[in-house]
Amino acid sequence: MAPSLVDKGAVDARGVDQQPMEDLSELGRDMIAVRDSRDRAAFGRLFDHFAPRLKAMMLRGGLRDGTAEDVVQDVMLAVWHKAGQFDPHRADAAGWIYGIARNRRIDMARRRPLAQPDEMPDLESLEPDADQIIALQQEARHLAEALARLAPEQAEALRAAYFDDVPHSRISEMTGLPLGTVKSRIRLGLERLRHELKKIAP
Amino acid sequence: MTGIRHHIPDDTLDAYHTGTLPHAFGVVVAAHLSLCDQCRARQEAEDMIGGALLQQANGAALRADARERMMAALEAPPPKLPLRASGPFPSAVMHELGGRPPRWRMLGGGIRQQILTADREGSLRLLYIPPGKAVPEHGHRGQELTLVLQGSFSDSAGAFHRGDVEVAHDEIDHQPVAGPGEPCICLAATDAPLRFHALIPRLLQPIFRI
Repeated sequence: MAPSLVDKGAVDARGVDQQPMEDLSELGRDMIAVRDSRDRAAFGRLFDHFAPRLKAMMLRGGLRDGTAEDVVQDVMLAVWHKAGQFDPHRADAAGWIYGIARNRRIDMARRRPLAQPDEMPDLESLEPDADQIIALQQEARHLAEALARLAPEQAEALRAAYFDDVPHSRISEMTGLPLGTVKSRIRLGLERLRHELKKIAP
Repeated sequence: MTGIRHHIPDDTLDAYHTGTLPHAFGVVVAAHLSLCDQCRARQEAEDMIGGALLQQANGAALRADARERMMAALEAPPPKLPLRASGPFPSAVMHELGGRPPRWRMLGGGIRQQILTADREGSLRLLYIPPGKAVPEHGHRGQELTLVLQGSFSDSAGAFHRGDVEVAHDEIDHQPVAGPGEPCICLAATDAPLRFHALIPRLLQPIFRI
């Protein structure tokens, strides 16, 4: 791990790193600062932003308050330790942290932890590609805009599936809707998202 | 990795993402995701949607000491890193192997196997098939997922190379034959014992737990 503790001046001096980093959201820049400089202040800001949202996600998923609080601590600690895996070419900060939270919640419900894919190659060795990082940021923004435009029941179905981690069968029980309707609402929500994204970013 | 043509079926991938997939199949999915950029990108796209929903969520109030507790926890030593991929074996397979090379058992005809896990939910094994050799013909009860880790095999469903996954369901009889060149190494998960048609393999089944 030691070689990845590049001091910030050294990263900036390479120049090539600096340009794409400027195009990142504040959260993305904080993730990079945690990844490359083990920056505690940046981590504190990520905690302030994400911890309450993660707790809401865990509470909506049915955890008790104390358990939800513990899980949030676990997830954010994994963010700290796995920061070396954060790749702004492939994920924005929110998506990457969501993935960690999703895995953590899955493992809580399993007898054995879920088998995980290989970690990505050492990111310190990769040249940042500004175009790709900017494109990903834009995609994340478009996605948020498209989500805001969904019909309420479609947005709710997506939230139940992704955010609350409620199995489709359980959504069906809760809403009294047939399972097929629940599945088609999620599917319609996703299709509508795709359509909206095409409109915004042809 | 490019050129992968046979992917994990959607319902299996969904079950992996929601955590309901039995362990044996989960290892095959994780190994495929390690080799297949397309499926990996799909998972990342799903996480982007989850991330966007997370951003829009109203936060829940944390306990008063949450931040302090968090910052103190950063002092603890980092957890052990997962085992690294080695040779043809992705990290998830290395984990099942306990970080050691496979300890093959001979099945006859040059075919070798190692059972990695076997429980009521399913079994997972590595198979080693010399070039040009056939795996004994077998039908299935339940489902079988077979991922090629090295070399290739082909059967009535087509040719399968490193990263490709073959899905076999009930009542499908198939006879995979390893391609030329390197020996074929596969990772196979099943949710029920295999049925072999030839008499001897059937007798061996309880002994080899296949």
